[in-house]
Amino acid sequence: MESTQANPGLLCSPEDSQRTLYPYVTGTSVVALKYKDGILMAADMGGSYGSTLRYKSVERMKPIGKHSLLGASGEISDFQELLKYLDELILYDNMWDDGNSLGPKEIHNYLTRVMYNRRNKFDPLWNSLVLGGVKKGQKYLGMVSMIGVNFEDNHVATGFGNHLARPILRDEWREDLSFEEGVKLLEKCMRVLLYRDRSAVNKLQIAKITEEGVTISQPYALRTFWGFSAFQNPTAGAEGSW
Amino acid sequence: MSKVAMDVPAKGGFSFDLCKRNAMLAKDGVQLPPFRKTGTTIVGLIFQDGVILGADTRATEGPIVADKNCEKIHYLAPNIYCCGAGTAADTEAVTDMVSSQLNLHRYHTGRQSRVVTALTYLKKHLFSYQGHVSAALVLGGVDFTGPHLHTIYPHGSTDTLPFATMGSGSLAAMAIFESKYKEGLTREEGIQLVTEAICSGIFNDLGSGSNVDICVITKDNKEYLRNHLQPNPRTYVSPKQYSFTKKTEVLLTKITPLKEKVEVIQAGDAMEE
Repeated sequence: MESTQANPGLLCSPEDSQRTLYPYVTGTSVVALKYKDGILMAADMGGSYGSTLRYKSVERMKPIGKHSLLGASGEISDFQELLKYLDELILYDNMWDDGNSLGPKEIHNYLTRVMYNRRNKFDPLWNSLVLGGVKKGQKYLGMVSMIGVNFEDNHVATGFGNHLARPILRDEWREDLSFEEGVKLLEKCMRVLLYRDRSAVNKLQIAKITEEGVTISQPYALRTFWGFSAFQNPTAGAEGSW
Repeated sequence: MSKVAMDVPAKGGFSFDLCKRNAMLAKDGVQLPPFRKTGTTIVGLIFQDGVILGADTRATEGPIVADKNCEKIHYLAPNIYCCGAGTAADTEAVTDMVSSQLNLHRYHTGRQSRVVTALTYLKKHLFSYQGHVSAALVLGGVDFTGPHLHTIYPHGSTDTLPFATMGSGSLAAMAIFESKYKEGLTREEGIQLVTEAICSGIFNDLGSGSNVDICVITKDNKEYLRNHLQPNPRTYVSPKQYSFTKKTEVLLTKITPLKEKVEVIQAGDAMEE
């Protein structure tokens, strides 16, 4: 009976190079929050290949079934794989034709199981996922990391957003934000990310999910400000320095 | 004591003599003592009349909080202050040294110190130690050329900025600055924004905590607001122990003079040395 415990060489043999060891084409942060009517999620459209901004029209947010919206940061190919799995899941669910459909809680649980099991096999799907949705008036927003850490919260952020967007959201999020206020808050976070994250692009989409369904906006750019007087003449008072 | 061929200490820079010995010790399993880092949030911004510097007050030693209320805003000159992040000993020593150098320079020139002078002293020192002096500084001050704000990195590079943050909580504080800073802030708005940024670091970064220190420097004046805000007070009072409210009753007062151990008979001769 051969098990990987009896033969540890199986775990790290060179033929086993099918697993994800490093991410190659990556997406940067996703930020999402709950508002009055549902969930708002924002992600930019960049796919970086190492330190090159290779792809600038990657849609990192996709609707899942009738009630959910999935946003992903990290390896794009693993995200596409996940979409395939979820497609199959939704298809099987529709085949039941029983009037019920998988809601965001169920999809979140499914994703957690998938991510955790892959992590246990040392072959992770290199993503941080954000899952939001509304079913029967109940809003749901959760997150799954590549090692299977999952939780539910009123506002989430992945990647760099953890450090830059989370403080802003913790300060300024409140219950019952209107659509405009929610978008404004998300744009504030995305603007800071644009200034301070090297892999961010100024082309983002904002997605909204409510009881009625999912709407993903057209890509647009944020307005930035670079006109500080200290930037105009940084060496004023110290000619020749830097 | 004059020797002709005295051992002259190496002029400046880092002496790598002990590295071989350290490597040999490390191989034998001897661990370096964990140095105390400040694990910090420090910020600075320029407002309409000058510069405001802010810092948290937690000093960490690995996962432990070594000092709950340390001072991270260091004095360099009457019109120049410097916040320090990184290894606490390094920031203290470097700012102390440059403060003395600026003092000597002031005697020499007879003029108020300029911020770029402090900048150059710090930059020179840190570069010559090739990043081994782990001090990341936010230097701010007002001299006759106006208000200045600089960041200095451990390897010796500097930036001139309208608002700056350093330390482990720098991202949390920068998020606040990037979303709320504008030019021409008043003193109250500036203090408010700096406090918000430091609080963001205190509550969102594990390496920063406790209280907020603020230093406002203007053309003719400086104000060091130590513990300007204390958002982490001790609120828990134990229900049973440590309650000293019950006064102890005095039952009896009796004074017993203690006997002297040595009996002085007579003033004899003076003691022997």
